[in-house]
Amino acid sequence: MNLKTVIERLGLEVLTGADHLGREVTGGYVSDLLSDVMANAVAGQLWLTIQTHQNVVAVASLANLAGVVITSGKKPDAETLQRAEGEGVVIMRSPYPTFRVAGELWGLLGGAS
Amino acid sequence: MLEFEVRGLDFAAVGEASGTIKRTLQQVGMDASLVRRVAVCAFEVETNIVIHAHRGVVRARISPRQVVVEGEDEGPGIPDLEAAMREGFSTAPAYIREMGFGAGMGFSNMRRCADHMEVSTQVGKGTRVRLVIEASGS
Repeated sequence: MNLKTVIERLGLEVLTGADHLGREVTGGYVSDLLSDVMANAVAGQLWLTIQTHQNVVAVASLANLAGVVITSGKKPDAETLQRAEGEGVVIMRSPYPTFRVAGELWGLLGGAS
Repeated sequence: MLEFEVRGLDFAAVGEASGTIKRTLQQVGMDASLVRRVAVCAFEVETNIVIHAHRGVVRARISPRQVVVEGEDEGPGIPDLEAAMREGFSTAPAYIREMGFGAGMGFSNMRRCADHMEVSTQVGKGTRVRLVIEASGS
């Protein structure tokens, strides 16, 4: 399923990278620890986190993730958004907590990794 | 060889060294799994310097068969290297952990992704890390 469809179905707000929504979403990864994401997230997954600082962009880019969903309505720092636009990283936001977003994503992708 | 200077606590720069190394490997057509393992190693080396050291350098030597990632810093050194190697052990301060760094996964991620790892450290002087990532092991 491509990112655009996931965004529509989960009601996500797109904050950066609007030109890159054709990316395929292969699954999701939930973590607020950067090293854990580097170690265990798989390329193409959507990363759900409450972290809002600019290093989120570096990790998403290094790990080739489909995008980052910042949950609980948290607002990313200005540097985060600027850097994400520059690196072509799609940052999205949901007003809901990670548990709910992950549950909806799981339902949508049929329990893919 | 690629070389990057890294300054302690310069969190804005995290990802510059590892990101450039990763893009370079992609440009020369290295296998995706090798690129990822090198990216993890470079990210952890770079992050350790930013969190713990005053300043340092990250280097990558790229050849068709292997990539060597090195980190060399001037900093406090590691008083208990055995503890530092244990997953979950961290001396990072609370505000750095709140950013999602300092989870005590750095050295274990390096060990998992590299085929060969050497760490030498001197308290009060600094730390040197050398990681070899083999292309054939992917």
